[in-house]
Amino acid sequence: MNARRFAQQIALAAAPALLAGCVDSQSVLNPQSGEAHDLARLFWIFTTVCSLVWVLVVAALLTLLLRRRRPDSTPETDNLEQQSRKTAVVAGLVALTAVILVLFTLGSFYTTRGLIAPGPHPLLIKVTGAQWWWQVEYEDSDPTQVFSTANEIHIPVGRPVTFDLEATDVIHSFWAPNLMGKQDLIPGHRNSLTLTADKPGEYRGQCAEFCGLQHSHMAFLVVAQTPAEFWAWRQAQLKPAAPPASGQQALGQHLFVEGSCATCHTISGAGAGGKTGPDLTHFGSRSTIAAGLMANTPSNLAAWIKDPQELKPGVNMPQVPLSDHDRGAIVAYLEALK
Amino acid sequence: MTIQTEPPRDSSFDDAVLDQRLTEVWGTKPTLWGWLTTVDHKLIGRRYIVTAIFFLFLGGIAALVMRLQLGGPNAHIVGPDTYNQLFTMHGSTMMFLFAVPVMETIGVFLVPLMIGTRNVAFPRLNAFSYWVYLFGGLMLWTAFFLNSGPDAGWFSYVPLAGPQYGIGKRSDIWAQMITYTELSGLAVAVEIIVTVFKMRAPGMTLDRIPLFVWAALVTAFMIIFAMPAVMVSSTMLILDRLVGTHFFNWAEGGDVLLWQHLFWFFGHPEVYFIFIPATGLISSMIPAFTRREIFGYPALVLSLIATGFLSFGLWVHHMFVTGLPRLGESFFTASSMAVAIPSGIQIFCWIASMWDAKLRLRTPLLFVFGFIINFVIGGLTGVMVASVPIDTQVHDTYFIVAHLHYVLIGGAVFPLLGAIYYWFPKVYGRLLNERLGQLNFWLAMVGFNLTFFPMHLLGLMGMPRRIYTYQPEMGWGPMNLLATVGALIFFASFLLLLFNIVSSLRSRTPATDNPWEAGTLEWATGSPPPPYNFARIPVVSGREPLWDRPNSLPVVTGLRVDRRELLVSTLVDAKPDMLLGSPRPTIWPFAAAMVTSVTLLASIFTPWAVVWGALPIAIVFTGWFWPTGVKEEE
Repeated sequence: MNARRFAQQIALAAAPALLAGCVDSQSVLNPQSGEAHDLARLFWIFTTVCSLVWVLVVAALLTLLLRRRRPDSTPETDNLEQQSRKTAVVAGLVALTAVILVLFTLGSFYTTRGLIAPGPHPLLIKVTGAQWWWQVEYEDSDPTQVFSTANEIHIPVGRPVTFDLEATDVIHSFWAPNLMGKQDLIPGHRNSLTLTADKPGEYRGQCAEFCGLQHSHMAFLVVAQTPAEFWAWRQAQLKPAAPPASGQQALGQHLFVEGSCATCHTISGAGAGGKTGPDLTHFGSRSTIAAGLMANTPSNLAAWIKDPQELKPGVNMPQVPLSDHDRGAIVAYLEALK
Repeated sequence: MTIQTEPPRDSSFDDAVLDQRLTEVWGTKPTLWGWLTTVDHKLIGRRYIVTAIFFLFLGGIAALVMRLQLGGPNAHIVGPDTYNQLFTMHGSTMMFLFAVPVMETIGVFLVPLMIGTRNVAFPRLNAFSYWVYLFGGLMLWTAFFLNSGPDAGWFSYVPLAGPQYGIGKRSDIWAQMITYTELSGLAVAVEIIVTVFKMRAPGMTLDRIPLFVWAALVTAFMIIFAMPAVMVSSTMLILDRLVGTHFFNWAEGGDVLLWQHLFWFFGHPEVYFIFIPATGLISSMIPAFTRREIFGYPALVLSLIATGFLSFGLWVHHMFVTGLPRLGESFFTASSMAVAIPSGIQIFCWIASMWDAKLRLRTPLLFVFGFIINFVIGGLTGVMVASVPIDTQVHDTYFIVAHLHYVLIGGAVFPLLGAIYYWFPKVYGRLLNERLGQLNFWLAMVGFNLTFFPMHLLGLMGMPRRIYTYQPEMGWGPMNLLATVGALIFFASFLLLLFNIVSSLRSRTPATDNPWEAGTLEWATGSPPPPYNFARIPVVSGREPLWDRPNSLPVVTGLRVDRRELLVSTLVDAKPDMLLGSPRPTIWPFAAAMVTSVTLLASIFTPWAVVWGALPIAIVFTGWFWPTGVKEEE
């Protein structure tokens, strides 16, 4: 790193507000739902009061430093008047502390109560955490309206969405800070989380509970859309996979379904029904691969298939021996699955 | 009928002869055998502290490697496997091998001196506890260097640490390390309680006990109530892994959250095992630099006790996002907020103590200031994370990393550094260099804040804990680089401390008995203290006995000088009660620690180790307790 770049980085670091302005799609400081706004409001109230308390403590320390008397070694005792004055001040401060704490507790309690008030007709989405990706299933009482995807969650703005959170292996935690606080996914327990996005946008989320080797690369994307856009997306997702449009794509499909890919991955309509890895039926429509590791581009996908362990050490996807030609065909096929 | 000859007692000798006689009886021979067999609380306490600080450096180096890895996005200094081992080793080492032991065993060194006695109660147990602790720590770090370091975090959540996902023997090593350190921790706790209750100098009534001793006492009680929870749960984890007991296996009727409840029922009080003694250190140092008694002694004692009780009602705030009922969580919000009140009382009393005082701005006092400035930040962010809604956002992010380091470093390491500067002359007979000390303070202050303050912002910017790397587009790079630079500065402050220690030890000017002109009993004896601590047991008439009687302390006499003898006093009024022998050096504690350690280590590989190990353990403990008929055991 050269000196100029270093200086630039330091300058950036010194201006957190500026920074928060440019990178804010996974940030507590940029709330984009009613719930996140409530949380942020409480956060800023606490922060303001706490900062004030700290400033007062430091001011007291500075004052006592300025008022200190010339040191000598003879021990002394406070006289009675000093004692009682100090006692009164300390007692007053303790009482003030208690009042602040009671108000804080009440503020927390009522904020929590507001957040868990049930909304009308939430959209139900089941999210299952696994090492190291997210399975997403849109639930519906009509079985023909149910579909699966992975690592990318589309939601309509203005409508409450309830996430049912489960885990099959170890504990994970579902956290998209712009939209809501986090909630753990715990094997053997069912948790849920409800939020309502304010406006369209793409928000990033990430696993927040340490879950093993690739805890760092277990991200997801929440795409909040207008109800019409969401409806269109949903209709597209309900369809089976598009048939191959070229010879190369047809070869790709053949290799995928007849080879080892289909043991783990599902592509509905193409005959691939593996359940241990992400559903790839509409893979081409997603913006990232490997749970937020990289942008979904043909070259990234080719590199990923060539050596997953290089890019995400420890990932459960094995390295499958393929010629460049065959790999290219699979990439072409998958990228066409819009 | 035999003629009973009156044994020699301290009243019949002058000072020089008495020193010689007592040194013969209480001294430790400067040989390897003497070193292995000693039961002197000062030697064992010193050894404990030095070992803990050695582990501090190991844990610190682990942290530094992590900081280098996180200094920029997509770094490749270490891979995910090494990184996970590093943060697990860092947390486990700092909590179990450094912070808790160092705080407890400053008590092993200081408590007998502060209360005017000659050794701790159960000195052989004390020696045993040290060896067990040492072997446990060495086992953990040896495993790490053999690439078998635990990798599931210092909290070892199941199922990640369980039989299905925790590979090799890594989590077993972690769980057994808990057994070693808890065994030694419990032993020391028992010693401290009995020592404080029964061995105080005459006149040291409950309201004259030095505040550090109060803190050590409260901590010892907390350890006795909290540590069994983690010993039980770590044993259950080993059983799940070794013989398939399914305590935590949700598929077989066990429960994943059970682990978290048991762990945090211990884990939250554990924070206070570290913080309460640290506040005791602060309260005991301040009077020497303000030249008057601490303000609000009764309030400070009650705050310590209140913190001790409250700390057992907070554990659920580590579990706010696990899906527990919201109303129940609100109770734990309230209790977590409430613990801020005793902490607040302490802060206000310390400030009141220094208000309008004749302050001597020496290094230990600077660290007191640093402690207040930093700890208050950690305490206030603690109040923030006590709130369930706020915690759902910042839990398991770098905001928490910042918070906990402000509490533990601000709240315990700064007091510890101050205490090192303050009591070093008592321990080693040399004053540390004051100018280097002040430089050390400023380096630590700047380095610490540069490292950890940006982490609050990183957490709010969405950076989760325990990630080994991150992508450049997350925008976390600059702030992380700042934290890494801070960590290097902070580390340098510890190297400076080390340099100061080494160069001061080589200095030729010995420290006086009482270089700070302080008022408590440890300053009434030599620097370093003679093996018997006090030639004659002092009598106490106030909280700062050396200030009450600046020229000479009154003493009690009548203790025998031909055997190790202590004065036992009553619990509340500290009236002399009886004379009691104190055990002599022996190899049995070392031998017992050896066989115990080997058995514990083997038992993570085969359950049969418990069966076969019982035999040598039985032999060694039989030897330890075999009546020998020596004078001390009359």
